[in-house]
Amino acid sequence: MDSALLIHRLHFAFTITFHYLFPQLTMGLAPLIVVLKTLALRRKDGIYNQAARFWARIFGINFVLGVVTGVPMEFQFGTNWSHFSRFAGGVIGQTLAMEGMFAFFLESAFLGLFLFGEKRLTPRAHWWSAVAVFLGSWLSGYFIIATDAWMQYPVGYERAADGSIQLSSFWKLVLNPWAGWQYAHNMSGAAITGAFVMASIGAFYLLWGKYEEYGRIFVKVGVVAGCLFSILQVFPTGDQQGQMVFRHQPPTLAAMEGLFTEQPGAPIVLIGQPNVDEGRIDNPVVIPGALGFLTYRRWGARMQGLDAFPPEFRPQNITLLYYSYHIMVGLGTIFIAIMVLSALLLWRGKLFQARWMLWILLLSLPFPYIANTAGWLTAELGRQPWLVYGLMLTADGYSKTVSVGNGMFTLLGFMGMYTVLGILFLFLVCREIERGPAGEAVGH
Amino acid sequence: MATLWFVIIAIMLTVYVALDGFDLGAGVIYLIVAKTRDERRMVLRSIGPVWDGNEVWLVAAAGTLYFAFPQLYASSFSGFYLPLMMVLWLLMLRAIGIEFRGHIDNLVWQNFFDVVFSVSSALLTIFFGAALGNVVRGVPLDHEGYFFEPLWTNFKLGPHPGILDWYTILIGVLALVTLTVHGALYVALKTENDLSRRARDIAVMLWPVQLLLTCLSLIGTYFVRPHVMRNYGVHPVGALVPIVVVGSLAVMAWANRKEQATEQKQRDSKDKLAFLGSTLYITGMLVGVAFALYPLVLPSSTEPGYSLTINNSAAGHHGLVVGLIWWIVATVLALGYFLFVYRLFRGKVRLEGEGY
Repeated sequence: MDSALLIHRLHFAFTITFHYLFPQLTMGLAPLIVVLKTLALRRKDGIYNQAARFWARIFGINFVLGVVTGVPMEFQFGTNWSHFSRFAGGVIGQTLAMEGMFAFFLESAFLGLFLFGEKRLTPRAHWWSAVAVFLGSWLSGYFIIATDAWMQYPVGYERAADGSIQLSSFWKLVLNPWAGWQYAHNMSGAAITGAFVMASIGAFYLLWGKYEEYGRIFVKVGVVAGCLFSILQVFPTGDQQGQMVFRHQPPTLAAMEGLFTEQPGAPIVLIGQPNVDEGRIDNPVVIPGALGFLTYRRWGARMQGLDAFPPEFRPQNITLLYYSYHIMVGLGTIFIAIMVLSALLLWRGKLFQARWMLWILLLSLPFPYIANTAGWLTAELGRQPWLVYGLMLTADGYSKTVSVGNGMFTLLGFMGMYTVLGILFLFLVCREIERGPAGEAVGH
Repeated sequence: MATLWFVIIAIMLTVYVALDGFDLGAGVIYLIVAKTRDERRMVLRSIGPVWDGNEVWLVAAAGTLYFAFPQLYASSFSGFYLPLMMVLWLLMLRAIGIEFRGHIDNLVWQNFFDVVFSVSSALLTIFFGAALGNVVRGVPLDHEGYFFEPLWTNFKLGPHPGILDWYTILIGVLALVTLTVHGALYVALKTENDLSRRARDIAVMLWPVQLLLTCLSLIGTYFVRPHVMRNYGVHPVGALVPIVVVGSLAVMAWANRKEQATEQKQRDSKDKLAFLGSTLYITGMLVGVAFALYPLVLPSSTEPGYSLTINNSAAGHHGLVVGLIWWIVATVLALGYFLFVYRLFRGKVRLEGEGY
């Protein structure tokens, strides 16, 4: 890999990974805030509005970070991946532009109202502004997913005379079958982040012994949502995503699962380090025959390994891809365990006294972030060596006129800015958590 | 179709400058025009509910540019790599300058973010102006339609200029003055008493500078790209542009002329007129550039045959047609949201109550 390609890959990977830390919470919290506002309207109890206001403060800080780290992404397709943009812009420019035109206008117009306009609006109108922000953020998610889904599984296109790809069917692009399951899986992942963050802070308040009434609400809402979405994350959304990868990107599936050579009764590897040089997993713990069930729906089926595919079409970084996938799945399984157990305790009326479970909920806060990041790494590393699967290699897509020197300069610049922004974010959010739900609304 | 999308993108960029332009201008005058902490809060509240939505026009315009003219998007964004990255960083700093400031009631914290907000706003106007200057002046495109410009070479013109030369810096300064006036007029409109008066005074003081720079920029543009006048000669409708520009400058001067104690209502309608004049000025100038450029979208400073035009950089026909359908739907919706929010926050800013 020559250095310019590496720099541009790192540039995009770094900025998008940092960026996505924020939208996942935005999209995860938005529906939960609507739930709190709905409870406030229905039960006519001020505590739910106060709870919603608390989460709105955290939401606002998080949203700003999402916007400032998100704007560079829109531009980066052009700055660092110009050859890709020229090649495929006629198609993916559509979904990206739709995100701006439909989702961003909706979100930004109503966010100010939602955060600061409560006194200017009736309770019902304020509820609507929360719904508008929720819809805008989830719509935004769809258009981005549709963009990535097209890169993973190109549809609705035709080749133009100059070699570029142009749109031939709007509906095929927007209703890409890959996009449906990817969207469901991604949004469920974001909902998990929102649920765990809410439950975690609720658990903190209960363990601390302060704002306990709020703590109970946050834990309840978080655990119910977390239970639902952590199960949906595996089935059906994760399973269906896996099926798509199996059918249309078989070398990727082999790499994810660490399946180096063809095997009858191919196993699922639970743990073990991939040894790419020798084409095997070191110290594996496996479930024999299970991989066939996930893919062919036939226990013990024979599966093709990585060596069945030409080396130039295999993902280059098999090790990182394998770990990203296994970390994601491992955490996803643990999330189900935590949330189902918590839900059972909640149902029995024992959760708020079970300090050991509250500690688990508290400490689990960073893990959905890791799982979501690992999931995206799986998707993007898995698509390699393709930038647009089957149509353009990553190595052919970066900006040839932007040298390593310039790329490194701006990468370092972003790393520096994002470090500072990250610290400011943590500082401000922790302050809000410490002040608690009874604190005053912040203003300009 | 390609012409239609050229017009649409020109409109979107004009709307962006007219809207976010006053946010930026308010930032430029922020530290000078507000003498107390309460006055600073009032300036922020005047742009608070709308600045984020205004900025979305830039993102939406970039996205639209992407699908309608992918070659232009790819070429210009990679060619203007460094200044674009700096614009992104400045946009980030402007955003946190506004949004993080109010979270802590501490002078050190607030003063820091106030300076961040103001300086980043000022620099953004200069960068945007210089970017426009580059588009007019032309860039060293190669035969594949790509280029890369260093930040500067020797500040002179020629086939291999830098992003910054005397011409683009001139346009950058014109943009700074124009948007400062625009923001000052907006703040004058949205605030009251001394704060409003000081903002109006800034606009009045800068008017002659704006006039002078407008003339200089016209001369400079003709010197740099004599071609510029061709469309005006061929299509007499182009005469509307100088009429609008001159007229708007006149309206601004008349609306802000010195007079004795005027009633608040008369003052308000004069402020609205002045702001409208400023908006028309921006529209006239940007439409004038678009009109002069057409059908080029990015001229080449090396070989005229390498210039990007609407024809050699546009996307396929199907994409442009379907894009038009959803774009119209989205714009109608967006205008609806904007009308709703601007109406809800109309009138003078108030300090009591919640933020914004």
